[in-house]
Amino acid sequence: MANVFTRIGEWVNERAPNLAPTYRKHMTEYYAPKNFNLWYYFGSLALLVLVNQIVTGIFLTMNYKTSAAEAFGSVEYIMRDVEWGWLIRYMHSTGASLFFVVVFLHMFRGLMYGSYKKPRELVWILGMLIFLVLMAEAFMGYVLPWGNMSFWGAKVIISLFGTIPVIGSTLVEWIMGDYLPADATLNRFFALHVIALPLVLLLLVVLHLAALHEVGSNNPDGVEIKKGPKGNRWDALKPADGIPFHPYYTVKDLVGVGFFLLIAAFIIFFAPTFGGWFLEHDNFIPANNLVTPSHIKPVWYFTPFYAILRMIPSFFSTAIWGVLGMFGAIALLFALPWIDAGKVKSIRYRGTGFKVALGLFVLAFVLLGAVGAGVTAEVIPEWFGDVDVTFWENAFGRLMTLIYFGYFVFLWFYTRLGWEKTKPVPERVTTHD
Amino acid sequence: MANEVVDHGRRRFLTATTAVVGGVGVVAAAVPFIKSWEPSARAKAAGAPVTVDISKIEPGQKVTYPWRGLPVFVVNRTKEQLDALPSQDNRLVDAKSEGSSADQQPKYAQNEYRSIKPEWLVLVGLCTHLGCVPDFVPVMKPEPFDPEWKGGFYCPCHKSRYDMAGRVYAGVPAPKNLLVPPYHFVDDKTIQVGVDPKEAG
Repeated sequence: MANVFTRIGEWVNERAPNLAPTYRKHMTEYYAPKNFNLWYYFGSLALLVLVNQIVTGIFLTMNYKTSAAEAFGSVEYIMRDVEWGWLIRYMHSTGASLFFVVVFLHMFRGLMYGSYKKPRELVWILGMLIFLVLMAEAFMGYVLPWGNMSFWGAKVIISLFGTIPVIGSTLVEWIMGDYLPADATLNRFFALHVIALPLVLLLLVVLHLAALHEVGSNNPDGVEIKKGPKGNRWDALKPADGIPFHPYYTVKDLVGVGFFLLIAAFIIFFAPTFGGWFLEHDNFIPANNLVTPSHIKPVWYFTPFYAILRMIPSFFSTAIWGVLGMFGAIALLFALPWIDAGKVKSIRYRGTGFKVALGLFVLAFVLLGAVGAGVTAEVIPEWFGDVDVTFWENAFGRLMTLIYFGYFVFLWFYTRLGWEKTKPVPERVTTHD
Repeated sequence: MANEVVDHGRRRFLTATTAVVGGVGVVAAAVPFIKSWEPSARAKAAGAPVTVDISKIEPGQKVTYPWRGLPVFVVNRTKEQLDALPSQDNRLVDAKSEGSSADQQPKYAQNEYRSIKPEWLVLVGLCTHLGCVPDFVPVMKPEPFDPEWKGGFYCPCHKSRYDMAGRVYAGVPAPKNLLVPPYHFVDDKTIQVGVDPKEAG
């Protein structure tokens, strides 16, 4: 038998001589720093969730009906009547939320260890594009069940484009294909959600990884192993502090996968709505264009950006400022490699100012999420009794918005005016033998 | 047949013109696809005027009617509510509907009550911020969102507030007063939404 496989291998190799070298370049001879820690699980986990979304998504389309009249019923049909349909749907809906969990942690890792800095700017930008497409993909997917929150979520998000001067209202009608989110809107969102955006997403993921493998992975020490000493057990010319991605990190990632699947399975089986955070209560009511849900809010992963939108009031008789603020919050992340001029990458060797700023930035992001999800509106009267809730919520939310944007302003000056006092960066990764 | 000398100028010209012609073709081919996203003929045809019977609406009550798929509020305002309107003027963005909200109502509704007949308020019930349907909160009592509440509309999405004439309060996300649609009184008990009084003749 071995002989047959060898001959098939030779047959392929003669006709595609670059296949085996490509595999080696990206797997067995891709030398990644040997000091990866817990934070390096989330890239491979994001890939795992992407595969889950594609596979479960394909099976959902087999029973989903793309029409405003039938969509809601067909989702309930999947939940009740299709064999194992409930599991496939909950895997898809839980997967969507967990996708954002791992992506947020993956991005935080990049901020913490300076993975966006030279020479990895392209990796970062491609990653940010993935994040942007992922948000569009998630938004459109959320519209498809055509529940009342789907409808009103779609209405609010599409209306954001209506704040653009002059072309706004025409643009909104063009996006919806009607005067309100309707059958036409649902159908085009379905097309974008199941084919157009996934194709873009897959292409971007390939480019993200290709760009990463060109420059090599960063690591918790933020040192370039390519610039360090050469020669390891496998190759005399490759970095001494690198180990082959396969099998070393594939096996490490398998541990992460096992742990992740344990948590995912628990949520899918015991808490698929996650107390209204993953699947909102109002989305179990069919879409109704005459009644807004009493607490309209996006799914949790959009709430920080949504809070920024809400906290910026309209002035000069236009509401565009909130929209600009929301998109600006994402645009600034794109520009981060050029905002942060610090030469030291890892938080381990950066100044105290950076550590405090990053901590505040993350805190503001999480608390903005709480504002956007309506948590502050609930706890303010509980904790402080009879006070003006709107005033205090706005004051708090606006402070958090300032901190969010302040991070970028601070980094600009901090790294340019010589305020940052860095520690010496070691020559090699700290765990070398 | 091989050319001895390559004419680079000619080659550049041919490359450029081919690219331009091809580019024009791509743009032209994109037009049908982009236009296909506009509201279809069927969607446009669904926007006919709506006639509603208002005789059963009690004072202080609000009824919602669909017009072009949009919720239209018809409110029968009490005298108390009308009398409270001027007291709110200094808390509003555009109390007279002459500034930023000048286009938010037809000329015949550009008055202190924003209506044809003072008691009958007709509004498109969509927040001017991002298009949610505001709640009707008619009772004059301190509310968590406004301790000096004199009745009006409160948007649950982003907490914009409007008074009993659909005029927006200052310091909320919404920039403009609620939209007054074209409407007219067919008789004392009936209004038609979507048609101006003069068009109706």
